[in-house]
Amino acid sequence: MNGRSIGRSMLGALGMLLWAALPARADVDGAVLEAEAQRVAVVAKAQQAAVAIFTNQGQGGGSGVVISPDGYALTNFHVVAGAGEGVRCGMADGGLYDAAVVGIDPVGDVALIQLFGRDDFPTAALGDSDHVSAGDWVFVIGNPFLLATNFKPTVSYGIVSGVHRYQYPAGTLLEYADCIQTDASINPGNSGGPLFDSEGRLIGINGRGSFEKRGRVNVGVGYAISINQIKNFMGCLRSGRIVDHATLGARLASQEDGRVLVADVLDTCDAFRRGLRYGDEVLEFGGRPIQTVNAFKNVLGTFPKGWRVPLSYRRRGERHDVLVRLAGVHGAQELIDKVTGKPAIEPPAPRPKRPEKPKDKKDDEDRPPPPIIVPEKPKAEVPAVVKQHYDARRGYANYYYNRLNRDRVWKTLTVRGDFASLTGEWVLRGQLMEAGDSEFRISENLVACSLPGGKASLPIDDNLVGAAVPPGSGGLLAALYLWRRLLVKGPEEFGSVEYYGTLPLSGPAGPLAGHAGLVDMLSGTFGGVECNFLIDATSGHLLVVELYLHPDDDPCELHFADYREVDGREVPARMLVRYGDHVYGLFAFSDVSWKEHVE
Amino acid sequence: MIRRQERGVRRQPHQFAICNLYVLPLVAALCASSYPAPAAMAAGSLAKVVQEVEPKIVKIYGAGGFRGLEAYQSGFLISAEGHILTAWSYVLDTQYVGVTLDDGRKFDAELLGADPRLEVAVLKIDATGLPHFDLTQSQDVAAGSRVLAFSNLFGVATGNEPVSVQHGIVAVKAPLEARRGRFETPYHGMAYILDAMTNNPGAQGGALTDAQGRLVGMLGKELRNALSNTWLNYAVPVPEILGTVDAIRAGKFVPASSTDDGTKPKHPLDLASLGLVMVPDVLDRTPPYVERVLPNSPAAAAGLSADDLLIFLNTHLVQSCQALAAEMGRIDRADKVKITVLRGRQLIEFELAAPDKYPVGSQ
Repeated sequence: MNGRSIGRSMLGALGMLLWAALPARADVDGAVLEAEAQRVAVVAKAQQAAVAIFTNQGQGGGSGVVISPDGYALTNFHVVAGAGEGVRCGMADGGLYDAAVVGIDPVGDVALIQLFGRDDFPTAALGDSDHVSAGDWVFVIGNPFLLATNFKPTVSYGIVSGVHRYQYPAGTLLEYADCIQTDASINPGNSGGPLFDSEGRLIGINGRGSFEKRGRVNVGVGYAISINQIKNFMGCLRSGRIVDHATLGARLASQEDGRVLVADVLDTCDAFRRGLRYGDEVLEFGGRPIQTVNAFKNVLGTFPKGWRVPLSYRRRGERHDVLVRLAGVHGAQELIDKVTGKPAIEPPAPRPKRPEKPKDKKDDEDRPPPPIIVPEKPKAEVPAVVKQHYDARRGYANYYYNRLNRDRVWKTLTVRGDFASLTGEWVLRGQLMEAGDSEFRISENLVACSLPGGKASLPIDDNLVGAAVPPGSGGLLAALYLWRRLLVKGPEEFGSVEYYGTLPLSGPAGPLAGHAGLVDMLSGTFGGVECNFLIDATSGHLLVVELYLHPDDDPCELHFADYREVDGREVPARMLVRYGDHVYGLFAFSDVSWKEHVE
Repeated sequence: MIRRQERGVRRQPHQFAICNLYVLPLVAALCASSYPAPAAMAAGSLAKVVQEVEPKIVKIYGAGGFRGLEAYQSGFLISAEGHILTAWSYVLDTQYVGVTLDDGRKFDAELLGADPRLEVAVLKIDATGLPHFDLTQSQDVAAGSRVLAFSNLFGVATGNEPVSVQHGIVAVKAPLEARRGRFETPYHGMAYILDAMTNNPGAQGGALTDAQGRLVGMLGKELRNALSNTWLNYAVPVPEILGTVDAIRAGKFVPASSTDDGTKPKHPLDLASLGLVMVPDVLDRTPPYVERVLPNSPAAAAGLSADDLLIFLNTHLVQSCQALAAEMGRIDRADKVKITVLRGRQLIEFELAAPDKYPVGSQ
C-alpha cells in the first residue's frame, strides 16, 4: 500500500468517524435532545443522594439513598446485617461519612441508617409507588460490584417490567411483597440502592434479583421494595426496633370461580373477633380489591405488626366492613433469633429448581445478592459519632433511637401540659351522654367511678391482669389509671415504655373520628398488662389509650377529644370508651380538677 | 452484552465483523429514527403500549417441574378464536397443556401441531373474541430499533397478573447458525439478536414487539455458548415461521399420534428390521429414546446411536414410543425412511435405507 492510498483510506476512516459522530447532533430531533438533557439532569441530581455503603468490619457493602437532610438513609437489611453498630457511607461528592444503623425490617429486607457529619445532606424525594406502571422508564443508582472507588455511583436504565409482584420468602425471612420488577440492571452491590422514576422520585429500594444458573449477575429481572410499603414502616424503622411484619391470623384460598375464601381462621386473632369465619369471601383488604391469594399477600406484606387495616368480606350475600388489628408474624424471641442467629443470610432455596450445576445450586437461587465479600481486615474502631448514637439492647436494632423518639413524643405531650406535680387525686365530672351524671376519681392507689348504672372501684396494686372494671368496659378504670400514671410519672418511671413508631389512627371512633394520617405510639407495660398511647406529635395531644388486659382479647380503648385548657394544661373534654365492637359510653367532662399532693 | 453476543456467534465472522463495527453507532444513530414520534417516545412512558399488548400474552403450563426443567413457558394469541403461538419444547410434551389468559381465565389447550426444526408450536383453546396479534401484520425492524419483550420469564406472574415486559435494542438481524460445541439449537433461520436479557427460563414463546406494541417476533429458548458460558438473547422474526404456522392451522402439521386414516401398507416397516431397540415403553407417553442400535442394520449404517431421541419419522412428529410404533405401521417397508433425532441439543436428520432382511415369519 503506498502513501497515497494509506492517506485515502485514512480519510475514508475519518469520514466514517464523522458520519458516525456528526449526525448525532445535527439530525436528531430537538425533542430527543431535550429529553436527553432532562434525563441527564435528573440522573445528576439523583446521584447526589445515593450512598455507597461499606460495612465497618470488612464484611462487604451495598448501596443506599438519603431521604432527609439530617442523614437518614434507606438500604437493605441484608446489607447491614452483621455490620455491627455502624457502616461507612461514600457519597457522590467524594465524602465518606460514618453512619449508625437506626432500625431494621428483616422480613421486608429494609434498614434505616443515619449518616453523620452534615445537616444538609442531599436527599431523594419520595414518590408514590402506587402510581407506577409496567412500561414506565426507571433508573437504578448504586455501587454494583463496588466498582466506584471514588464513590461516584453507577446508573443503569430500564423499564418497569411488572408491579405488585409477590416473591415468596427465601427461607422464613425476606418476603418481597407488592414489589416492583424492573429490567434495569441490579447486580450485587446494588442492594439497598434507590429505584427512581423518570422524574427522579424515589419509588423503591432495590434488593432482589432472579439469580439463576448464570452466576450471580443480572439476568434482566430485579425486584425493588415499593416506597409505599417503606412509608408504612418508616415510623417503626425510626424506633430503633427490630420491626416485624403482620399476619391476619387467617389463611385464604382461591376458588375455581375466582373468589377468595377464608380457608382457616385462628379463634384468637382479631379478625375472628371482628366476625371473620371459615368460608367467608374476602372482597377488599387494606383498601385494595382481593381477587387472588397473591393480591392478599401483597397487601398484607406492606403493613407492620400492630396496624389496624380495613377488611371487607361477604357472607350469604351480606357485606361486612371491619377494621382488624394485625398480629406479628414472629414471636419477639423468634425474630431476635432469626436476626442475630447468622450474620450473613444464607436462606434455603425458596423453590426447587436448577439442578444443572449442583455445585452452585444454593448460590444460584432466586434471592438477594449477598453483600460483596472483601478480604477480612482487622476490626476497625467504632467511630465516636457512631458510639454516641448507638445503644445496644436486646430486641432492638439500636435502642438509642427508641429512647430518642420516646423522649421526642413525650416532650410534645409535656408542652401541652406538665402533670408531673399532680400526684394527688384527679376528679373528672360530667355527663355520660344520654344517661346522666358521671364522676371518675383517680389516685395513685384507687380508681373509682360513679355512673348512672352504678358505682365501681379498682384498688391499684402491682397486678392489673383481669381488672375488667366496670364490667363490659374491658378495663376502663385500669386504663384511666395508666393514662394518669403516664402523665404524672412520665415514660422513665411509668414502668417500661418503648416507642413503637407510627400507625394510622383509623379506629371507628364514632363522633370523634376525623383525624387522618399517622400518629406516634408509645407502648407501656405495668402491672402485667400492656397499654398503648397514641399521640399526635403535631398537636401534642394524647388521642387514644388502648389497654390490653389479655393479649388475645380486645383492648379497652379510650378516645380523647376536644382538648381544652384547665389551669394551664390541656385536657380532653370528651372521652369515648370502646371495647371491641361495643361502645361503652361517650363522656363529656364539665369539671376537671386535681390535687397537687396526696393527702 | 454486545460483546458477549459477538463471541457467541463467531461462526459468521463476516457478518458479525460488521456487527462489531456498526452496532454501537447504529444504536446511537438509529434509536431516534426508529421512533415515529421522537418527542413522545424519548421520554414518555411505555405503559400504554404495554397495557395494549399484555392481554394478548398467555402463560402456558405443561410438563416439567423437575430436574431443573421449568413446567411453564410463554405464548401469544394469534386469532380471536384462541390460536396461540408458542415455542416447541418439552413443556408441551404432555396431554395436559394449560393456558392462563391475561384476565386470569384458565383453559386446557389442544396442541394443533409443532415444527421442532423451527421450534414453533400452535395451541388452540376454546374461546372467542380474544385480543390477538395478526401474524400478517408483523413488523420488520432494523438493527438499532427499540423493542419490547413480553414473557412470563421465571414464571413470575400467575393467574391474572400481567407477564413481565423488558426493553431492548435489536443489535443485529442475522442467521442463527449455531453448531455443536457453541450454541446448540435446531433453529437455523434468521434471528433478531437483542441487547436485553430476554431469553430466560419460561420466556420461550413470548412476544417481541416494536415500541408501538406491534408484533416483531417470537422469543426463542435459552441459548448458552458452551465455550464461553455466555448467553444469547434472540427472537425469531414472524416471517420465518408464518408459513409453518399457517400449515399447522390448516392441519398439515398434525402430531403423528392423532392421525389414523386407516390406510396401512400390507407390509409395514418395523423397528427391529431397521435395527432400532427403543427404551421400554412403560409410561403413558414414553419418550422415544433409542436404547441401542443393532449392528449391521440400516440404523447403524446411517449413524443412529443409543440415547438419540426420535423426533420425526419422515415429516411426522412422534412424541412417544406408542406414536412411533403407530407411525411405523403407516410406512411401507420397501420405502426409505427419514428419521430426525435430538442428540444433545442438536437435531440431526438421518436417511435410512430400506432393510435388506426382515424378521423371520413376516413374509
